[in-house]
Amino acid sequence: MSKRQALQLYKSLISESKKFPSYNFRQYALRRIRDSFRENRNLGDEDVIRNKLEEAARSLETIKKQVIIGQLYSTDKLVIEHVMSQKK
Amino acid sequence: MYRYCAKLRSLLSQNISPTRYYSVSSLDNPVIDKNYSISDEVIVGRPLYMDAQATTPLDPRVLDAMLPYLTSYYGNPHSRTHAYGWESEAAVEKSRAQVASIIGADPKEIIFTSGATECNNIAVKGVARFYSSKKKHIITTQTEHKCVLDSCRALEAEGFKVTYLPVGTNGIISLEDLDKAITPETSLVSIMAVNNEIGVKQPVAEIGRLCKQKKVFFHTDAAQAVGKVPIDVNAMNIDLMSISGHKVYGPKGVGALYVRRRPRVRVEPIQSGGGQERGIRSGTVPTPLSVGIGEACAISEREMEYDHAWMEKLSKRLMDQIFGTLSHVIRNGDPVHSYPGCINLSFAFVEGESLLMALKDVALSSGSACTSASLEPSYVLRAIGADEDLAHSSIRFGFGRFTTIEEVDYTAQKCIQHVARLREMSPLWEMIQEGVDLKTIKWSQH
Repeated sequence: MSKRQALQLYKSLISESKKFPSYNFRQYALRRIRDSFRENRNLGDEDVIRNKLEEAARSLETIKKQVIIGQLYSTDKLVIEHVMSQKK
Repeated sequence: MYRYCAKLRSLLSQNISPTRYYSVSSLDNPVIDKNYSISDEVIVGRPLYMDAQATTPLDPRVLDAMLPYLTSYYGNPHSRTHAYGWESEAAVEKSRAQVASIIGADPKEIIFTSGATECNNIAVKGVARFYSSKKKHIITTQTEHKCVLDSCRALEAEGFKVTYLPVGTNGIISLEDLDKAITPETSLVSIMAVNNEIGVKQPVAEIGRLCKQKKVFFHTDAAQAVGKVPIDVNAMNIDLMSISGHKVYGPKGVGALYVRRRPRVRVEPIQSGGGQERGIRSGTVPTPLSVGIGEACAISEREMEYDHAWMEKLSKRLMDQIFGTLSHVIRNGDPVHSYPGCINLSFAFVEGESLLMALKDVALSSGSACTSASLEPSYVLRAIGADEDLAHSSIRFGFGRFTTIEEVDYTAQKCIQHVARLREMSPLWEMIQEGVDLKTIKWSQH
């Protein structure tokens, strides 16, 4: 149960974080989410897992709100974003 | 909307591969376009932010915690007669506990202020003035932030004696010097935890122990340290400490002052008014800002190890690239006892301001933001004994939680490219290449 739930949360967190208009916030969110899930991959204690999942669900809500705010006050893209899109 | 310049594109695609700079043949002599002109370069997009010591961006999680208090919950936290006041007060007290937790203090020992400058003023002037009838001497260092030095100047004008301790070439004070400087007249020692320009960490715990032993109050300006390196006011015997909101991904315009209660440290308040914050700092506490600094501290406490590991990774990456390619680069400050998110480098034979201008697509600074308007070399670099010319050629690289590896690589490559270009134009650099020792030259005047 919790494994499927965790996977689902992970997917939503990543896809929502990709919507951050700010390059730095977006990259940080993706890195932090991936590292947290990797760090906690082998958790065994049911209570700890439940706490972590609740925390992740709260983070998802925060990200959703902050993505909207980011979209309201977005800036021009950073020079690094142009460089990286050219490389592709 | 964005103008693409063919030249820039070829330039960037050429320079973006890091391997190029590691090849032995290009060591010290990267290929330079002789017809390069800075005005031809069209910057596409906003510059990268590499000035985390000046300020950090507001963490979206912090903004999320602040927003309710900027919109719906607007009560005055000091209003005791209605629910609007109570809910704001509860929020302020929660953040007070969050700030206290990151430094191992009691919430009652935290005073909210407008920022680290105000904290430093209250601590330095407040302690000195309160105990002035018995003790009229304070000790600080030459590399402190301007607001501590300026507070000391003001105290000198009031008749206090101030000792400005020198620092070694690594930027660290000598405990022997401090021991000798403390007299029975001394009321306060104020020494910063992490330097804002060179990132050097002072031996705070040892200083605290010495001050406790000598029964002198110890204040530390920890604006650049809190949330980045572990700090514990009890383990380190700190009596007063200044914290800034906007250096820990919190909002600007808020700070927190730690004032020890047991044994009690008394300070004379600077601001008179309604007696908020135990009478030390009158004025309504701004609920959203205090919620911001509280949440920022809570996040930093949780993320300290993770963020610190990231800083180490980024700083190693930057230094490997720069030191692997360029010679005659000096790192200012102690390489071991320093915070890895702040790297101050001097590029010999390059004028710092020219390099900053050339690196206009990267937001960098040669030192503190407060003095960035003047062309004077930094007093911190002069205090560590850097030669005048090297003090003029320094750049501070400041990383934060939101800095990416790609940004560091871009900065390193741009930096290498422009240092090489500027050196190519320098007659001094040419002499060095020919093996002339510059110190032996007799410069004739005409």
